[in-house]
Amino acid sequence: MSSASIEDKLANNKYDIDKEVHVSIREDICKKCDEHYCLYACPADCFKLTEDHITFSYEGCLECGSCKIVCDKDAIDWTLPRAGFGICYQYG
Amino acid sequence: MKQRFDAIVVGAGPAGCTCGYSLAKAGLETLIVERGKFAGAKNMWGGAFYGPTLFQLFPRFWEEAPIERYIHRHRFSLLTQDSSLSAEFTTKKFGEPPYNGFSVLRAKFDHWFASKAEQAGAIIATGLQAEDLLWDRNTVAGIKAGGDELPASVVIACDGVNSDLTDKAGLRGKLLPRDIKQGVKEVIQIPRHLLEQRFNLSGEEGIAWEFIGSFTRGIPGGAFIYTNKESLSVGIVAQLSALCEKKIGANDLLENFKQHPSVAALLAGGNLVEYSAHLIPTSGKAMIPTLYSDGFLVAGDAASFVLATGLTLEGANFAIASGTAAAEAVIRAKQKRDFSRKSLSCYPELLKQSFVLKDLKTFKKASLFLENSRIYSQYPELACDLANKIFTNDGKPKKKIWKLLKNSMKDRVAFSEILRDLIQIKRAL
Repeated sequence: MSSASIEDKLANNKYDIDKEVHVSIREDICKKCDEHYCLYACPADCFKLTEDHITFSYEGCLECGSCKIVCDKDAIDWTLPRAGFGICYQYG
Repeated sequence: MKQRFDAIVVGAGPAGCTCGYSLAKAGLETLIVERGKFAGAKNMWGGAFYGPTLFQLFPRFWEEAPIERYIHRHRFSLLTQDSSLSAEFTTKKFGEPPYNGFSVLRAKFDHWFASKAEQAGAIIATGLQAEDLLWDRNTVAGIKAGGDELPASVVIACDGVNSDLTDKAGLRGKLLPRDIKQGVKEVIQIPRHLLEQRFNLSGEEGIAWEFIGSFTRGIPGGAFIYTNKESLSVGIVAQLSALCEKKIGANDLLENFKQHPSVAALLAGGNLVEYSAHLIPTSGKAMIPTLYSDGFLVAGDAASFVLATGLTLEGANFAIASGTAAAEAVIRAKQKRDFSRKSLSCYPELLKQSFVLKDLKTFKKASLFLENSRIYSQYPELACDLANKIFTNDGKPKKKIWKLLKNSMKDRVAFSEILRDLIQIKRAL
């Protein structure tokens, strides 16, 4: 198999994407952070470093909780998507 | 008046379904709340499951449960960049009922498991999230879900590793990256005849294959391939803290692994159908939260009941056994009409009598030992290098194996380190 990007991989998943955002970041804190552990912890590549700031998109989130655990600055407001929304595994 | 349940179980995974099933069977009014659209929608695991606890609940379960294949062979490989050294174990008994293990996909399996609880009389509410606990002074008195208050005599949190309810009950501290492994997995479809040909399987036989080596770049963890009926579960397990320190994502390690020549050949022509991720609490006894309080119990991954010994990573059996123990504690409490902390204190006692707390105690030093990076880089390299020297015929005069070993060890690992690690193995495993 040829190597696929995370984005391509996520395209195979079934999601019911909510309009409501379930994870948000405190950009003011992220701006001062040097580690950016979230970039490596997120298996769905939801965090991106562009120039000097972190952006987050919740749509591909696999609801694993890694980002909340690794962020030692408490910059991530992490909740689960509303019931019935988010990732819907067909295999698991 | 609103219905008051004897018990509300939060989460329809193996722990929750077991607990709900056992409670309903004993005649308790039981509600199981599941946030996914169906039981299993939010759940993933590697994919190999070993059966004794489920066998006790449902003898001959493999005849009705959506099992992919029975695990007939175990293979273990050490990988370097371009070499591999493998060991395999199989025995006739693994191919006969009640079998030893199975490959299983959660979306179907959990759905089946929940239906068993439903048949026993539990009410399953899917697409419903337990947002908070209901309190009566210091006693848990139910949950808040979907904007409603649902009262119950007892709440059993089986809501997984990120257990929001255990946090809300104030029973555990913050999870630490060092205590957590991240699992990422791909389900790769391969035509059945091709899969059976590649893995040398016939009928319903399956293989559980685990790997450690250079693809994790020294990060504690490993990879796996489990054969399903017409697909492979291929994944990586890696310590979360080490991923952050080394600034590498688990998906990169998975790609490293998939590109290994021995692995790539197995996956060739496959079609990725799902990419999933999940956290595993792997520090064992050291990270178990307070297991109960007034009107409240914790079971399964929410209680960090996972056994990691390096060769095995076992959670489902612990989930099922702890779900059974929690149900037993609640049934006793119901008989006494007392759901206080004191009345529920038989729960840890029941866990101590079963393998759950016994195994976690026996292997309490394992997680620290498994942080030793030599296991993931130097030893696989040493073993492959030695095998290479033994099997390569270069037409030059041969050396004794002991000499070759000493040569392979050079610049990799010292005798004193091997000795120290052996002592650690004796202590930890």
